[in-house]
Amino acid sequence: MTSKVITVTSGKGGVGKTTTVANLAAALAADGKKVVCIDGDIGLRNLDVIMGLENRIVYDVVDIVEGRCRTRQAMIRDKRLPDLFLIPAAQTRDKNAVSPSDMVRLCNELREEADWILIDSPAGIERGFRNSIAPADEILIVTNPEMSAVRDADRVIGLLEAEEKPAPSLIINRMNPDMVKRGDMLSVEDVYDLLRINVIGIVPEDENVIIASNRGTPLALDGKGRAGQAFRNIAHRLNGEEVPFMDLEARSIWERLTKLTRGR
Amino acid sequence: MSDTSLIQIKGIRDGLLVSLGEASWPELRSALQERIEQQPVFFQGANLSLDVGSRVLEVSDLISLRDFLSERGIRLWAVVGSSSVTENAAQLLGLATRLFKPTPQVETLPVAKGIEDETALWVNKTLRSGTRIEFAGHVIVFGDVNPGAEIVAGGSVIIWGRLRGFVHAGAQGNKEAMVCALDLSPTQLRLADEIALAPKRQGKSQPEVVRIINGQIQAETWNFD
Repeated sequence: MTSKVITVTSGKGGVGKTTTVANLAAALAADGKKVVCIDGDIGLRNLDVIMGLENRIVYDVVDIVEGRCRTRQAMIRDKRLPDLFLIPAAQTRDKNAVSPSDMVRLCNELREEADWILIDSPAGIERGFRNSIAPADEILIVTNPEMSAVRDADRVIGLLEAEEKPAPSLIINRMNPDMVKRGDMLSVEDVYDLLRINVIGIVPEDENVIIASNRGTPLALDGKGRAGQAFRNIAHRLNGEEVPFMDLEARSIWERLTKLTRGR
Repeated sequence: MSDTSLIQIKGIRDGLLVSLGEASWPELRSALQERIEQQPVFFQGANLSLDVGSRVLEVSDLISLRDFLSERGIRLWAVVGSSSVTENAAQLLGLATRLFKPTPQVETLPVAKGIEDETALWVNKTLRSGTRIEFAGHVIVFGDVNPGAEIVAGGSVIIWGRLRGFVHAGAQGNKEAMVCALDLSPTQLRLADEIALAPKRQGKSQPEVVRIINGQIQAETWNFD
């Protein structure tokens, strides 16, 4: 298998980029693939905390770029999954410590040994975002079913189009079917109607996500839990498998959605 | 120095202005890069604008230049040129395309006497948040105009899609200008000097035409008969 670089971004902060990276990485690695995550949020790192690897950090991505260590030395092996690695961000530097071409070089080196390279982009559309999308083969945009997050996603999609990046796919996170039914939340269709890009995953709201991230154990590894299942499904779709969307009130919506996509 | 004739750099109010001489883009680009490598401290932290004259630059040219500059702590903020391809490319990347606010020289342009330039800009895509299109003639969009996108046209604006962003038609005071869209729910709509906020839509969306009638902005549903 040729390796793939996937960047997870969103524009708006707090929509679940880091959670998505941690869970997709765990799900892919649980299938026996070698996965390396890179935390692109230099100065505000989080991915190490969510993966529960904070206390093992010795070197970080800036150390690699500035030549203070070899790439291997900065790769922290996960506690449970032997094929999952994290390259943490530096906490005491800022985004300008790394350039887009540094990221391309680093990813090209990692392509030699990893099947998947997942990059956790920072919020915003500035340097950190540009660093994160520079090496991407595929881009996932995370959004929540709320207007401000969808607007920011639209802005990011526009920037990616302008830079002639590959067409991104969408993950709608924190979906609450009851609220949609009451008309208090945007539906999958409402979000798709504005953004018009391929939907690769719908993740239901689930309090286990917060519990898992506080514990530092990605919930995609548990057997149960709807959010964990949703992330595992996205991982399978990234692998090219056809996985039906979960029934969170969403089947009829999904059927209409696929019709829409085919119609274009 | 051999490259002095290729590029000229001078200080302006907003930072540094780089003007390009007569040569191919790759030559000019490497001359500029060489200059920057020679004096990195001088350029560090600078706001740089680029006057490309009539040269045609694509988005990819501007991206690679911008990334080169940003890696050396230089911010490319404006690209000025007479080619509309270059101007569109710069606007797509969110760069400024004018160095100063319009000067009195611009005001001497004929105002409101119909559109002098009867040309139209063809936009074959959805305009997403953050995109701004400015054009002296008419603008035709085959796609949606999403919230956060802006169109400013000297003439009329026709949108074969949904209008949910901002449109200003007849921006130089032309009261004959109009706006048409298949679904008209703009954030804000301006015609010449008039401003309208769209009322909340009730029922199904229909194609509509907006124009100034008796000094007021009015929207009419468009019918076959």
